[in-house]
Amino acid sequence: MAFSAGAQELTVMSWGGAYGAAQTEAHVKPWSAASGFAAKMVDSDNPATPIKAMVEAGNVTVDVASLEYADAIRLCDEGLLEPISIDDLPAGADGTPASEDFIAGAVTECGVSTDIWSTVYAYNDSKFPGEKPTTVADFFDLEKFPGKRGIRKGAKAVLEVALMADGVPAAEVYDVLSTPEGVDRAFAKLDTIKSEVVWWEAGSQAPQLLADGEVVMTTAYNGRIFNAAIEEKKPFVIVWDGQLYENEMYAIPKGAPNKDQALEFIKYATSTEGLRAQAQYISYGPARQSALKDELLYKDGVTVMGPHLPTAPENMKNALETSAEFWVDRNEELNERFNAWLAQ
Amino acid sequence: MADLTAAAPAAAAAATAASAATLTTADGRPLKAALAAAQARAKRRAFLLVAPLLAFVVLTFIIPIGQMLDRSFHHDGFSANAPAVSAWFAENAQGTEPDEAAYAALAEDFKAMRENRTAGEAGTRVNYTLPETRSLFTKTARNADDLAPPFKEAFLAIDDRWDDAAVWQAMRSSSSAYTADFYLAALDMERAEDGSIRRVEENGRIYIYLFAKTFLVSALITLICLLLAFPVAHLLATLPMAKANLLMILVLLPFWTSLLVRTTSWIVLLQGEGVVNELFIALGLIGAEGRLQMIYNQLGTIIVMTHVLLPFMILPLYSVMRVIPPSYARAARSLGATSWTTFRRIYLPQTLPGIGAGSLLVFILAVGYFITPALVGGADGQLISNLIDFHMKNSNWSMAAALSAMLLAGVLVLYWLYDRLVGIDNLKLG
Amino acid sequence: MALPIYASPLERIWHYTYLVLCTAIFIFLISPILVVIPLSFNAEPYFTFTEAMLTFDPAGYSLRWYDALLTLGMQAPEAIRDGAWWSDMWENSTWVRAAKNSIIVGFWATILATVLGTLAALGLSRPEMPYRRVIMAILISPMIVPIIIIATGLFFFYSNPCSIIGTECGRLTSTYLGVILAHTTLGIPFVIITVTATLSGFDQSLIRASASLGASPSRTFFKVVMPLILPGVVSGALFAFVTSFDEVVAVLFIAGPDQQTIPRQMWNGIREAISPAILAVATILVVISICLLATVELLRRRSERLRGVTPH
Repeated sequence: MAFSAGAQELTVMSWGGAYGAAQTEAHVKPWSAASGFAAKMVDSDNPATPIKAMVEAGNVTVDVASLEYADAIRLCDEGLLEPISIDDLPAGADGTPASEDFIAGAVTECGVSTDIWSTVYAYNDSKFPGEKPTTVADFFDLEKFPGKRGIRKGAKAVLEVALMADGVPAAEVYDVLSTPEGVDRAFAKLDTIKSEVVWWEAGSQAPQLLADGEVVMTTAYNGRIFNAAIEEKKPFVIVWDGQLYENEMYAIPKGAPNKDQALEFIKYATSTEGLRAQAQYISYGPARQSALKDELLYKDGVTVMGPHLPTAPENMKNALETSAEFWVDRNEELNERFNAWLAQ
Repeated sequence: MADLTAAAPAAAAAATAASAATLTTADGRPLKAALAAAQARAKRRAFLLVAPLLAFVVLTFIIPIGQMLDRSFHHDGFSANAPAVSAWFAENAQGTEPDEAAYAALAEDFKAMRENRTAGEAGTRVNYTLPETRSLFTKTARNADDLAPPFKEAFLAIDDRWDDAAVWQAMRSSSSAYTADFYLAALDMERAEDGSIRRVEENGRIYIYLFAKTFLVSALITLICLLLAFPVAHLLATLPMAKANLLMILVLLPFWTSLLVRTTSWIVLLQGEGVVNELFIALGLIGAEGRLQMIYNQLGTIIVMTHVLLPFMILPLYSVMRVIPPSYARAARSLGATSWTTFRRIYLPQTLPGIGAGSLLVFILAVGYFITPALVGGADGQLISNLIDFHMKNSNWSMAAALSAMLLAGVLVLYWLYDRLVGIDNLKLG
Repeated sequence: MALPIYASPLERIWHYTYLVLCTAIFIFLISPILVVIPLSFNAEPYFTFTEAMLTFDPAGYSLRWYDALLTLGMQAPEAIRDGAWWSDMWENSTWVRAAKNSIIVGFWATILATVLGTLAALGLSRPEMPYRRVIMAILISPMIVPIIIIATGLFFFYSNPCSIIGTECGRLTSTYLGVILAHTTLGIPFVIITVTATLSGFDQSLIRASASLGASPSRTFFKVVMPLILPGVVSGALFAFVTSFDEVVAVLFIAGPDQQTIPRQMWNGIREAISPAILAVATILVVISICLLATVELLRRRSERLRGVTPH
């Protein structure tokens, strides 16, 4: 066993788990086979942290990173990522130029969307034999739907849901949340169910809590619930009302050892075919319009992906895009407030 | 080693003949000088044995920790990227209204920041002091080409917050690379617009509470561990070796099993429809409706952390108890002491080094754990390490370092106390 | 232990209460381990006892997680299990690689920590040692600093270790050497403490006796000192190895993709994708530990028999 790493190899850093596996199968392996350039996938808890540290320390070992939207913007603003021009990206399979094919916001100064994922809530169907929860307000309705709730421990994507459940239209959520009264209102709404909440930290905990019967409904990443429902035949149902979606971005850290190959990889992975390929492995939506034109099948060859994607029109009726700008500014402040609120 | 053996008899000789004035060695040197030389040699030899490890620890531990603590009061994200306006702050005292020169300096900086794409970095630093300024910086940098004299109006045209005193105060406190801002924040304090220090609003106060809670929970866990470990260690120490070693496996197995696995398995045991609740229902101890909430709360944290840390208490206690001669206790009994007095006056004092070592170890490990509380603690699962982890994940290293420094200071005080009360020489493990 | 013959009735009651209490504590210690073993045969990807498992329905049990340990990360997991499949597994299986890494890192970290630590303990236990308390405090400081602080500090330092002399000379993050050095640092206090504790009961006159009989210092060390302090050294080494083998935080911060260890892989298994594969790993490790502990115990009894010592 050698003591040094290295050699000519493209390194992609992502989140591990089913998500990382989907990117490996759909992007890393086929690109490596097509280009003849060795490529490997590495996992991280949150790729943004090591990327920032690597670039600042001047020792970058990763060529492509899969980043949360807010992180992609933040790191780009700090000059830690290579700029990517939308004009370099390939046109859609139907010939639409990339600049028109990608949905709004899916290509930023330094990143290209690999998929759109969303925070939804899901319930255990067997716990509600009668009336079923259908709206985001139902999540907060302990009288109609008694039982414990699971919520991710953190301010982001929790305060927004609370406001939407309190009747704020999706389009106005961030305006309301920008005011001190709006923040108070969100916490007041959370107060109404605080005693019944089980807080989770890792994405894998949400389906586990549902499966264990520890909670009757929980907020979750939609892909996790999809996997549990389709692969493991669990009676979990997603409520799309009030979903919060956001783009996941591929980006190139400044000083990446294989910069040119990294750009080739991103072009390949975010082409119409690349995005479609990923959606066959996990229920996160492609960010190109051309990728949604034909029907998509899950890797089992039976399940039609359309209705399971956050981008499906019927799922987008009352949906909100997470505001990266808002959270880049206020993440720390609101999390401190959130932690203080939790501790009360 | 040969010198050492030569020096020792010499030292003995010196002790007996200390009163004599001028003694000489066989080769005619004054004994005092020869002795001093031999002792210096012995000192050097002892030190040489320690030197490699000392160098290693200083290099791979003390320096890195020192470097990291440096970040808690050093952050040049703003001062390095906005040198002109930083210079203006240095020249003009606290309370000076920003004049046109100040705006001109700021404009110069923004043009440079746009060029180098560093507005985000500078804005991030200011944002730590005043939320929502980061986007102000990136927005202004995007429009830096519009910045022409008169600069104040140009800035206000981009965003009307540019004449806000709070923004200028936040920039002022960021304009020096060395800052106490992160320590202030770690004490739930902030700077007001006039530069004075005040406590943050009540609903934002969290760190002092969490420090207190971390130390309290850790102390509680240490106490429970001690209470549970004492009888077990005593049993192991008094049983015949063969039986004790078999039982020791029960202590070592959890010790060697991954922390993550044990945490998970406690979730399986303790949750609402988990093994323990089902068992209690089957035994008729509780009704089906009266399931106990034993996890995702403080209780869960305490149960699981106690389990994780118990071996660290048992092993040092055991190693100390093993060598306590039973004859002392027998002697006490034969002299008429009751079993309780024998325990209290004879046995317990002899176990103190083990109690000290185990408690110190358990407490320090408890203070530093964040994985277990995060997974099983629910709303109560936040300890100070979780927030260090949070700031690390958000790349706010200065804040993480400031919290770490304060935590470290607390631990060092305890360590110092331990050294005074028990002495580090008495630290013993299995 | 037996009750003394002069025990009063109250003492008898207390004695049995004490035994019950100890039993309860042992159950507390071991029950999470016992839960892990059946769950590692769960047919579903959750850490929960399913209906089928409780009714002992064979369909509720499977070896899929043990299989997953081997196949995860393989180039061609579906291929026929011939020689090529096994070599693919040996080279590429994520868990097999993690196991190899854990052993490499643990082995070297233990060797380094034990050698350096034992030498230092010998120096520290000499009565002439200058600045003893201060040096002792420095040497065991890695144990008293919470791990998250250490990991953070090491990460920055290892990213550019030559920054202290103002130059650049490569990095230690994402290298085996970096992880090994980090784990050595973490293991050193354990070696220092156990070996100095053993040496505190060591009779220094034995060294003089050996020297006066003409033995060289190295001969004295290997023939006289070493055999006597060996139990302390071995127990320190064991602590150092276990520390490295179960350490995840420093690995999270310092290791690169090529140095993923077993705990790091388990971390993935809990945080990102629910996978009872980690329970299968735990079960395997428990079985290995039991075998090791049993072997050590058997060897000990055998040597006692050979030396004619009866266990007391």
